Amino acid sequence: MTQNGKRRTLFEKVWNAHIVREQSDDAPAVLYVDLHLVHEVTSPQAFSMIRERGLKVRRPDQTIGTMDHSTPTTPRNELGIIPVADAMAAKQLDTFTKNCADFGIPMYALGDEHQGIVHVIGPEKGLTQPGMTIVCGDSHTSTHGAFGALAFGIGTSEVGHVLATQTLLQNRPRTMAVNVEGRLGEGVTAKDIILAVIARIGIGGGTGHVFEYRGEAIRSLSMEGRMTVCNMSIEGGARAGMVAPDETTFEYIQGREHAPQGADWEAAVASWRELPTDDGAEFDQEITLRADELIPMITYGTNPGMGMPINAAVPAPEDERDVNKRIALEKALSYMDLRPGQHLLGQAIDVVFIGSCTNSRITDLRQAAQFMQGRKVADSVRMMVVPGSQQVKKQAESEGLHEIFRAAGAEWREAGCSMCIAMNGDQLEPGQYAVSTSNRNFEGRQGKGGRTFLASPLTAAASAVAGSVTDPRAMLASSL
Amino acid sequence: MDKLRHIEGSIVAIPVNDIDTDQIIPARFLKVTDKEGLGKAAFCDWRYLEDGETPNPEFILNQPEYRGASVLIAGNNFGCGSSREHAPWALLGAGFKAVISTDFADIFRNNSLKNGLLPIIVDEETQRQLFSLAEEDPSASVSVDVETQTLTLPDGRALGFPLDGFAKYCLLNGVDQLGYLLALDDEVLAFESANPPRVATTA
Repeated sequence: MTQNGKRRTLFEKVWNAHIVREQSDDAPAVLYVDLHLVHEVTSPQAFSMIRERGLKVRRPDQTIGTMDHSTPTTPRNELGIIPVADAMAAKQLDTFTKNCADFGIPMYALGDEHQGIVHVIGPEKGLTQPGMTIVCGDSHTSTHGAFGALAFGIGTSEVGHVLATQTLLQNRPRTMAVNVEGRLGEGVTAKDIILAVIARIGIGGGTGHVFEYRGEAIRSLSMEGRMTVCNMSIEGGARAGMVAPDETTFEYIQGREHAPQGADWEAAVASWRELPTDDGAEFDQEITLRADELIPMITYGTNPGMGMPINAAVPAPEDERDVNKRIALEKALSYMDLRPGQHLLGQAIDVVFIGSCTNSRITDLRQAAQFMQGRKVADSVRMMVVPGSQQVKKQAESEGLHEIFRAAGAEWREAGCSMCIAMNGDQLEPGQYAVSTSNRNFEGRQGKGGRTFLASPLTAAASAVAGSVTDPRAMLASSL
Repeated sequence: MDKLRHIEGSIVAIPVNDIDTDQIIPARFLKVTDKEGLGKAAFCDWRYLEDGETPNPEFILNQPEYRGASVLIAGNNFGCGSSREHAPWALLGAGFKAVISTDFADIFRNNSLKNGLLPIIVDEETQRQLFSLAEEDPSASVSVDVETQTLTLPDGRALGFPLDGFAKYCLLNGVDQLGYLLALDDEVLAFESANPPRVATTA
């Protein structure tokens, strides 16, 4: 639908519908926030700020809390409790519990049946819906854009602003259409799409922009796949990434705890159908990838933009003309202890991590479990499987996926951010190599001195079995 | 936030592109519940040897002639990665008042401005000159005037830099944005009465 004859993008429709005060020469726009997600790590100083000023949380009914970042994923004790060994983490979790209780914010504590990674539980509970504005003190808030919401990460000062006013000051971003045409081949997944996008545009390529992922390959993805794609928008520099809502979206939401019911459902779906970008609406930038040309992707360096097809050779710094990029590549290869021209296929690894807000949902676990069925993790590899939420864990266990992982020799853990952020006891040792389904391969991200290859759950599972970086397609063919 | 009108300080360069917030402050330091004492964690994994305590003599910030530098010159796309506001808190704690680069990641830039750490954008040529200058002369200093948005280089050349008008107002007057938002209560109420809540988390 056009407004005043102007063709609008999905982003513009959601942005325009949330303006409390228009952007002017003097100040950014004031944007209303429909849903505010809070967690223990980026909120304590924000609660302190509103407490110092004697303020209240304006809309606790539009706020929800969960513990995820600094929480251990180790097994429960005989009382069913997940013990927190780290005193600082324990204090942070206690502070969060008190803050949420004092201000009336519903919160899922460690071990609660609804606790989990903030970007897993929002969609899971039906809180994430098309056309909403959603923020969280976490850069991977872009995940929720998979539903056609405008969702982005904010800093702790802004967490305080939203707690106190339910609004944010924002300069209007530019838009970039990311078209992924054609169909993915066997063994190639949503994660490979987004790693290819970031390798193409670079880690800062989307700065100042909101992405809209479009095209047949995106339309064909499940909601979980779309979340994987949107999740890593920030790794291309874009604070938000969006996918237009469609039947796949509505089907995912319907019947969930916070989904509209009855007549409200019909009305909601009718309004959501108006959200997709109008034909002929213009984007500030546009790029196109062919899904049928993609193969499994892997990163070789120390940022997510340093990625390549899994069968390619590590690039050589001397081939890089830009001096800053050459220095960055030299530094990355030195940290990763890789040689220019080396192939990663066959590179021995120590750890495989399946989890994180990028790839810890039920379809990710099903895909990995299906692959692991009847196979064994190599003796030299530690494989950790960390469900994104207690509900994902419960669902996986009801399907027997945990038995498959355990039989293969993998660890089946409690829900949380785990080794993606390595502030909770789950981490690499210095010098170790990991194939990880998470989102960042920055130096030390998964533990000081640890070396990360980012890849899909399928590539991670295949690499765990082989004990080295492996193209899952070869093993898929042999199992068909 | 204190008023920020003028910065005068010596420069130090880390000529690396895409310095992410995990380098500025590793996640293991995010278990705090306040903003204090984060300065010693700034660039921790580059600044200290394996034991995490002994200063790495190779790292530029540990070289005595650069001690006290308050303006950091960095490679492109500084502050990419996570939304942690601990990054500007750590840089301020380590004595920095401004960072100069060709561009900044969006969230880092927003977070910095809210804490009085000034992100200054220059062109690549100026960035290169500053890299060389900082390396050749550790006593080289720059001055920054926020009001006129002017960066004065060691050779006396004055350059303009972009700065969002609202952020500038807040820096100059030492006010934060929350006061502005709180004053819009009537407009927020009007918005809320026209747009019922989409979800109720407490239901």
